[in-house]
Amino acid sequence: MGRTLAEKVWEQHVVRRAEGEPDLLYIDLHLIHEVTSPQAFDGLRMAGRPIRRPELTIATEDHNVPTVRGPISDPVSRVQVETLRKNCAEFGVRLYPMGDAGQGVVHIIGPQFGLTQPGMTIVCGDSHTSTHGAFGGIAFGIGTSEVEHVLATQTLPAYRPKTMAIEVSGTLPAGVTAKDLILAIIAKIGTGGGQGYIVEYRGEAIRALSMEGRMTVCNMSIEAGARAGMIAPDETTLEYLKGRPHAPAGADWDAAVEYWKTLTSDEDAVFDTVVEIDATTLTPFVTWGTNPGQGAPLGASVPDPQDTDDPAAAARALEYMGLAAGTPLRDVRVDTVFVGSCTNGRLEDLRAVADVLRGRQVVTRTLIVPGSMLVKLQAEQEGLHEVFKAAGAEWREAGCSMCLGMNPDTLAPGERSASTSNRNFEGRQGKGGRTHLVSPQVAAATAVTGKLTAPADL
Amino acid sequence: MDAFTTHTGRAVPLRRGNVDTDQIIPAVWLKQVSRTGFEKGLFSAWREDPAFVLNNPAYEGASILVAGPDFGTGSSREHAVWALQQYGFRVVIAARFGDIFRNNSTKMGLLPVVLPAAVVEALQSAVEADPSLEVTVDLEGRQVRWGGEAVGFEIDDYTRWRLMEGLDDIGLTLRNADDVTVYENGRQPWLPTTV
Repeated sequence: MGRTLAEKVWEQHVVRRAEGEPDLLYIDLHLIHEVTSPQAFDGLRMAGRPIRRPELTIATEDHNVPTVRGPISDPVSRVQVETLRKNCAEFGVRLYPMGDAGQGVVHIIGPQFGLTQPGMTIVCGDSHTSTHGAFGGIAFGIGTSEVEHVLATQTLPAYRPKTMAIEVSGTLPAGVTAKDLILAIIAKIGTGGGQGYIVEYRGEAIRALSMEGRMTVCNMSIEAGARAGMIAPDETTLEYLKGRPHAPAGADWDAAVEYWKTLTSDEDAVFDTVVEIDATTLTPFVTWGTNPGQGAPLGASVPDPQDTDDPAAAARALEYMGLAAGTPLRDVRVDTVFVGSCTNGRLEDLRAVADVLRGRQVVTRTLIVPGSMLVKLQAEQEGLHEVFKAAGAEWREAGCSMCLGMNPDTLAPGERSASTSNRNFEGRQGKGGRTHLVSPQVAAATAVTGKLTAPADL
Repeated sequence: MDAFTTHTGRAVPLRRGNVDTDQIIPAVWLKQVSRTGFEKGLFSAWREDPAFVLNNPAYEGASILVAGPDFGTGSSREHAVWALQQYGFRVVIAARFGDIFRNNSTKMGLLPVVLPAAVVEALQSAVEADPSLEVTVDLEGRQVRWGGEAVGFEIDDYTRWRLMEGLDDIGLTLRNADDVTVYENGRQPWLPTTV
């Protein structure tokens, strides 16, 4: 019987397999940041353990950094960032600190440097590590105990998850993006639908996505409950990778490509579960509730809780969100628009926003936060920042920003956002804040009208 | 971590599904670099509501959390586990858990117990009717017992053994360091390094 892509990559990384034990899996790349690593470094120090392979480890400052220039004003946050710097210096880890041209959101910089490659195992103390699976590797989020484990051993004990294929047939209609697709998938299978699975996204609509779009899809696998999502590498992947600083070159490139071309699910491979989606039926999609599965097409209305799978949860969500059942989603007024995050903070996202904002004015507070300093530089080389500023939006430094509201970029209680990020949990963007997850295109059009809007409505 | 064999204590019913780790401990609490002091952040937004179940004095000192399905979804923050433990919980019972949260729990010795949704609801009703009800979670026998009830649960042998012995995962892996070296010697030369 043939093997799935996930099975191939997993088997390639098994260091040790013993009856009655989880597999010991080798980790090719470990990304760390300031929030989930300090206690892991403390653990190493207490046990007198070194990092086994510091040269397979990379660090950046992203979750808890300000997106305005200048020093960190909050003393507790400053200590956290300084602690990462001290730990990286002591243990010999390459760090891209604030102000460095290589700094950025951890899941943006890995691909941007060419460190994220097909067939690799990649982990990070962050659940959106699934982003890197867009290149055809197994990438998943871990907790701090596992961060310490990987630092000490470059391995993780783990049971192989089951495999799920999400087959997306047809092509996405004009104006429908990778973000709309993944929001629709999550609404279909639910926030627990992917629990215990590695998801492989397949089909015509997936093949047609750019690498950036594929990253957006894989990024939100965790919102469907799956620790990892992946897409088989193809010409689009190779084109993206070739020439990047850490991508193989010369004869190494040829050898790598030969191997990467084997990284597809065999035709006779059997998935534990198959989900089918028809891309041609999709439209811009937004969330109305307090988990990412509570979403609907922008053209729909806020649902009656009785019509949902979990009426009690839906009623509670509507109360928190301050929404009445039956209200057209296009009538929902928004105070703040956030563009950024590891979901939608890449150059293509910013270009899409600029295309909508060019020659228009925003009526909401609008924060545009590039995913990395390189994205910022590239956007400025294209003049996108001038479009944003002329429209009245704020153009910031790179970081996670309002996606999780750890830094000063937060919503006030009761304030409502349209956000290109990945989570609409209660209080996620600030205590009492209300979040609608949207695509960059919908975010930009919403900033122009002050209500949830698609560019086609303008 | 502390070994876990069997635990008897009182239980708190948390009748909510999809309790994500942002609710268990909001991001504002993640700025600390220590591993202690997170109990104050546990459910900190919800605890501002006097009607929230943890504010009910009848459940003070309870050590078993009985939650709705999909507990611990979302962010990978292990701080959620630390907050639950430091508040006094030894066990969380739910019909389904977020994968990363469940994994983090077993690394720290907080026992995640999966029971069918109907059983979880029955247990919630039982502790609502009698908050002083003693619940026993027997990892050795893979069983939860309360009143006259006894319900089995599944957990893989390896994780159970590790929890019962209170073993450090890193120490276990380092016993096989030679295997790691052998694997490393066979890795493809084109694989990237960060330097």
